[in-house]
Amino acid sequence: MPDQTLDAKGLNCPLPILKAKKALKEVPTGGTLEILATDPGSVKDFEAFCRTTGNELVESGQDGSTFRFLIRHTG
Amino acid sequence: MSETNAKTMSMIVTKGTLDWAYPPFILATTAAAMGLDVTMFFTFYGLGLLKKDLNLKVSTLGNPAMEMPMGGGHMAMPNIMAALPGMTGLTSNMMRDMIKKKGVASIEELRELAVEAEVKMIACQMTMDLFEYKREDMIDGPVLGGAASYIDVAQQSDINLYI
Repeated sequence: MPDQTLDAKGLNCPLPILKAKKALKEVPTGGTLEILATDPGSVKDFEAFCRTTGNELVESGQDGSTFRFLIRHTG
Repeated sequence: MSETNAKTMSMIVTKGTLDWAYPPFILATTAAAMGLDVTMFFTFYGLGLLKKDLNLKVSTLGNPAMEMPMGGGHMAMPNIMAALPGMTGLTSNMMRDMIKKKGVASIEELRELAVEAEVKMIACQMTMDLFEYKREDMIDGPVLGGAASYIDVAQQSDINLYI
């Protein structure tokens, strides 16, 4: 179970990233944040976001039109 | 929130139409979210983006690439249309409707997020004088400065953009 879930469905660039950044602040170090999004650009963007910020992208998947990301707060 | 040795980005913002307002605010907020220290320098028409009350517009004039999605296809927006009365208002409203429908943030929202993320903003003093803008008509936060202030920031920045 993730420590927190962010529903970013229906939001377009850059809102999923901006909201994820805010949500991560509420997640304890080592904890996980689940993000649900419908923006196809977010797949590549969350990879880039995690690479730059040093957070770990644990999972990146798709269920129908919804993308699901699991980020471990390590940055 | 900014780590030590954080990367830095600076930006010169020169345009104040609804479409051109997006790139600087999207990049500034995203870079800040990715841990960069960001400074935006607002000059000429870009300075209008710091007004408390924004009423941004987009014109078909001088923008032959502009097309709007319509009935499953795309409608080109010929330059000549811009000469018709009320056309700028119409294209601006169409753009605003699309922005809302597609889950794209408003400029007001992005600007607020930028301020919240401690993006530094410099308002060009010369443009303030030139266009007779009053400090009290602008949002709180930006400091007034000139070209030297920007160069000082830019020479220390990893990324410098002109938009």
